[in-house]
Formats: sequence, structure tokens, C-alpha cells
Amino acid sequence: MANDSLAALQHTEPNFYQYRGKHKGILGWLLTTDHKRIGLMYLSAIIVFFLAAMTLGVLMRLEMLSPGETIMRPQTYNSLFTLHGVIMIFLFIIPGVPAIFGNFILPIQVGAKDVAFPRINLFSWYLYMTGGLLAILSLFTGGGAADTGWTFYVPYSIRSAQNVSMTTSAAFVLGFSSILTGINFIVTTHRLRAPGMTWFRMPLFVWGMYATSWIQVLATPVIGITLALVILERAFGIGVFDPALGGDPILYQHLFWIYSHPAVYIMILPAMGVVSEIIPTFARKEIFGYKQIAISSLAIAIIGYLVWGHHMFVSGMSDTGRVVFSLLTFLVAIPTGVKVFNWVASLYKASIKFSAPLYMVMAFIFIFSIGGLTGLVLGTLATDIHVTDTYFVVAHFHYVMFGGMGTMFFATLLYWFPKIFGRMYNEKTAMIGTTIFIIGFNTLYFPMFIMGYMGMPRRYYDYLPQFQSWQIVSTVGSWILVTGILILIGNMLYALLKGPKAPMNPWGGTTLEWRVPSPPPLENFEEIPVVTGGPYDHHRETYIMHPGKELKHNEGSGEVKH
Amino acid sequence: MSENEAVIEQIHIHRDDEGSKLGMWLFLFTEVLLFGGLFVLYAGYRFAYPDGFVAAASEMNTFIGAINTIVLLTSSLTVALSIAALQKNHKRLAMNLLWFTLFCGLVFLTNKYFEWSHEIHNGIYPKGPALDNMSSGEIIYFGLYFTMTGLHGLHVIVGMIFIGFAMNFISRDIITSTNYQKLENAGLYWHLVDLIWIFLFPLFYLIH
Repeated sequence: MANDSLAALQHTEPNFYQYRGKHKGILGWLLTTDHKRIGLMYLSAIIVFFLAAMTLGVLMRLEMLSPGETIMRPQTYNSLFTLHGVIMIFLFIIPGVPAIFGNFILPIQVGAKDVAFPRINLFSWYLYMTGGLLAILSLFTGGGAADTGWTFYVPYSIRSAQNVSMTTSAAFVLGFSSILTGINFIVTTHRLRAPGMTWFRMPLFVWGMYATSWIQVLATPVIGITLALVILERAFGIGVFDPALGGDPILYQHLFWIYSHPAVYIMILPAMGVVSEIIPTFARKEIFGYKQIAISSLAIAIIGYLVWGHHMFVSGMSDTGRVVFSLLTFLVAIPTGVKVFNWVASLYKASIKFSAPLYMVMAFIFIFSIGGLTGLVLGTLATDIHVTDTYFVVAHFHYVMFGGMGTMFFATLLYWFPKIFGRMYNEKTAMIGTTIFIIGFNTLYFPMFIMGYMGMPRRYYDYLPQFQSWQIVSTVGSWILVTGILILIGNMLYALLKGPKAPMNPWGGTTLEWRVPSPPPLENFEEIPVVTGGPYDHHRETYIMHPGKELKHNEGSGEVKH
Repeated sequence: MSENEAVIEQIHIHRDDEGSKLGMWLFLFTEVLLFGGLFVLYAGYRFAYPDGFVAAASEMNTFIGAINTIVLLTSSLTVALSIAALQKNHKRLAMNLLWFTLFCGLVFLTNKYFEWSHEIHNGIYPKGPALDNMSSGEIIYFGLYFTMTGLHGLHVIVGMIFIGFAMNFISRDIITSTNYQKLENAGLYWHLVDLIWIFLFPLFYLIH
């Protein structure tokens, strides 16, 4: 028996780190078309950009510690909140889960050897890096990074002396990268599912990614052309957005939000997909309402496409338009509620193993619910007018974006870390980091709801003394949050070097990625598996991993009747 | 090592024509939406400035526009014919048809070049001297005209590059009578370029 397993070990394929292809060393990574290596290249780049933008955020909070000038000039502050937004949104939140974990996990979960277009996949990584470098470069060249806010509203973005063209072209290139990734995943989901993997046997992460990819494909081009027009407007003065020449700035806002609102769902749907993976794994139970969760992803994607007007309630819009957009906004809450209730119901009477990824998911549900409910305050016409452009909005979108996607980014990393790196991290440290993260998060952002309600405008460099006590609480919160994040990341870096080896299935997950070694071999599967049941069945084996051998074996023994 | 080489070979034989076509169609969706943003602007501004648009459109040379429409439609036909020819193993005919397509693309761009230089010569361009005496509607019309036909011209060039690659692949027998998806994708792209022009032509040349 011992000899058998030893022999089996020697015959196992090398994992994708050990694999030596055409190119060696660093070129083996830079020229790879392996979806796992590309996912890891995204991971390293995205972590760097995240830490950079986080630093900018901490500096902004530090500036707000006291009224007047604390550590920087007003112009610097304007550039910082713009760049913080651009990097966080276009370089971290939008590509975070799809580009890293979509790339690494999605092909394995559907039982494929790679994505449909591996070379285009590599190309989109290069586009991503180009966009990232342009964003960073805009900080140091020309007049400095744009000071318009990440929304680049005209006419100010046309007039600003800062380096707006370079910052917007960064966003343009990143959009192109995002489109190609989306196309890749849609085609992969349609064409490369393993035999027997019907649409309703796909893991819910794949459903989330599939809905996301459609939004990426259908919405991103609109912001591409809009930002291109801003660049043209600055370079040649074509007049379409310039009120001095007869252009209409409101049309810019429409085009901008036609992309940027659906983009909110690009950010959150993959994260919700991961929630639906983590809960059944640690609840040891089939997810409650699989089909409803799957379909609600598509419903969110479709309705989310039609609600952009709620960003413009005070910009100038007919009453009919505002009522319709307000109603549609409320409708999004329905599929979102379906998801939240199904997740909670999945935990009912489950044998829960409370570990770090699940803890982070609980944090997500708590924080995201606050974000979602305050979204209704903003979606209601009357209350929205009171809090428009205040800290209330800032608090709301940090609760849904950072609290939604950001929290789930760490949960995802905790969940798939053993699979990706083949190492286990220290669970206790991760729990401590998560606790500090949750405390810091709420200390940082909850006071912003209060300040916003009291009338503190967003993006202001200075403020009245009456806000100072809450500003101090918020700034201290930013320090706590950063401590939590650094503990989480440091714990994983330590595990990378010194952590014990991870087994194939440390959490007892039921989807396909837990049936291959950690880290997976180059081509994921020795043989394309055959799927015989749903993705979250804890009582029955639903995958035939070696259909060739197993089916032949059965034939020989005469047990299977045809 | 030899096992690894076998693995590399396996990766290269993976071929999925249906998937490749699906990917191309999705990419075309994104192109439609890219122009869609501009068409939305066109609709908004034409609604706001109906008179200015009609006045500005009178400056357009409908004859050259019509010629260009015929040229692009013909080139779309020859691309479609070249795929049919290749499927029947008439490699040479397919190549000639593609050469003709490229020629049409070039004729289109040349016409466009003369049109633009005529307008620029007359001082009609963004911030040009002729625009000083014009109404907002006319200024916006020309802003959109140069942006949309310029972006379309860029797509003509990209389409020609795609077809050039396809021709190279045909001559090296990478695209063959049984493996022609790459050519079909280049053709699809070319049809899209054609389709967008079919909307641009009436919207800019034929309004009155």
C-alpha cells in the first residue's frame, strides 16, 4: 500500500510552479499563457496597487485630522482623492476578484484545462499593466495627476490644468483589458465546461463571473468612448461636452454612469459568487436556493444596467426620469435580498466549521447590509437631496465597495490560498486580523454617515470645527483598519515561506478545484472529469476524475449496465 | 522533459471554431456599444439643434459619400465571396478577392482624405476659423462628424490589418479550406466596419 502511494506520487505531474516550459525563469512567467500563472501575476500587481492606493487614503485621512492644512496643500489633496479613486476602482476593485480568482479558479471549476483564449488572456494582463503604469505616471508628469475626482466630470475635466488626459487614457486602456477578460470568461463558460456540467451544475462562483463578464462586455465600451471624447475635447476642442461651444455636460454624466453604475455590479457580483462558495463549504450543507442565487446574479446584472440615473438626481432630470430611476433602483434590492436571505438560510441547522474565510464572509454580510440599506436612503428622491455630495455618500460606497468587494477579496484570498500556493496560513492570526479589520472598518466609515447627515460635504479639503471629533474618530479608524490589513497580508506572506504544506482539500469543499492537487498541475486535470451531480453535494461524489480508467474498470467487472 | 513537450503540443492542437466565432461576436458587441455612445450623443444633439444640423449637413459632398458607401458595400461582398472561394479550395481566387477588398478599403480612405482636407482647407475643423461664425448646432455637428468618421476610419485601417494577417495566413496554409475561422472573423469585423458606415452616411450626409 505504501509502495503504491509512493509510486503514485512519482507519477504525479509537476505542479504549475515546477513546470519548465519553453521559457525559463522570469520569462516563464511573462510569456506564459497558463491561466494560473496569469492569475498570480494579476495578484502580485493588484496587491501592490491596492497598498499604494491604501497609502493615499491614509494620507487623506491624516490631512482631515484637523481643520485647515495638516500635512498637504489643497491641490495635492485633490489629486490624492482622484488617484485614490482611480487606482482603487479601475486597478483593484474591478479586476480584483475576476482577474485573479476568475483566472485561477474558474477554468478549474468548470473542468477545463485553460481559458478559451489563453494568449488574449496574457495580452489583457499587459494592457492592465500599461494602464496601471499610465495612472502612476500621471502623478509625476505634466501638471500632476488629475484633480477632478475619479468621475472626470466635465466641464472641469476639460479646463483643469492637471494631467487629466493621461489619467483618463489609463482608465481607457484598463477598460480594454477588462473587456478582453470578460469575453474570455463568457466563451470559456459556454464552450469549455466538462461533460455533464450543465448550466445548473455550475458552481455559483462561475455564475457570478458569468453575469459579471456580460456587464464587462456590454458596459465598458461606453466609458471607453466617453473618456476618449474627454481626451479629444482637451486636445482639439470638438465641443460635444463643452458648454461654451454648445455641448451638454449632463450628457457626459449619462454616458459616464451608463458604464459606471453597472461597474458597481462588476465589483460585487464575483464577490457574491465567492460568498456562495464559502458558505456551503463551511456549513457542510448544500446551499439553500441554488437556482435562485444563480438567476439573481443575472437579474442584478440586467436591472443594474438600467439604474444609472440615480447618480444624477440633482444634476437636472425630468421628474418622470427621476421616479423611474428611483423605482428601478429599489428593484435591485430584490435579487440582492434573495441572495442574502439564501446565504443566511444555508447556515440554518448546518454543522458550521467557523474558520477565517467564513468569519470574513460574516463580516461581509454585516457590512454589506449596512451599505445596501443606506443605499435605499440615497435611492429615495427626497432623502437623496439632503445627503447628495456629502460624507454620507462616501460612507455608503465604501460600505458597499470596500465592505463588499474589499472584504470579500480577503475572504477569497483566505479561502483559496491553500489551493493557489499549496501552503496553510495560521488560522488564529487570520481571525485576529479579521477582527481588527472589522473594528477598524466601522470606526473609519461609520462616523462618515453621521458627518454626512450633519452636512459635511465630500471632497472638501477643510471643514468647520464642529466636525472635528468625528473626523478624529474616523482617522483613528483608518489606522486600525490598516493594522488589520497588514496582519492579514503579513500572515499570508509568512505562510508562503514557512507555512505547512496544504492538503488537496483542507476545507472539505465540494467543487472541482478541491479535487486537484494543491497547487494544481499545469493542465489542472490528468483527464477531463465527468460531472454527475450538483456542485455542493456533501453526501455523494459527483465527479468522475478519471473517466477513462474508472469507466473501463467498471466495464471489466461487469457492474455497470449500459 | 519529453512529457512536458507532449503537453505543449496538446495545448497547441486545442481548436474550437465555435468558441472563436462566439468570442468575435462578443468583441463586435463591444464595438457596437463603443459607437453606440456616439450615436446617443448624435441623437441628443440633433434633437437639441435640428436646424444647425441641417445647415451643417449642406456642406457635405453627398456624391463622395455615396461613392464610399458603394465601395464599402462591394468590399463586404468580396470578403464574403473570398470565404466561399476558400471553402471550395480556390485559394488563388480567395486571395484575389481579398486583394480587391484591401483596394476598396484604400479607395475609401483616399476619398475620406480628400473630403477631410477640403473641409480643413475651408477652415472647418474643431476650433477652426470657419466655426467662429457658426451656431452651436453646427459646431457640435462638425465635432461629431470628425470624431465619428475619424473613429470609423481608424476601424477601416484596423480591418485592413486584420485582412492582411488573414492573407498572410492563407499564403502560409495556416488558414485552409477546412480551417478558415480566422478569415471568417476578419470578415465579420469588416462587415461591422461596413455596417457602421451605413448608419453614418445617412446621419451625416442625407439629412435635410
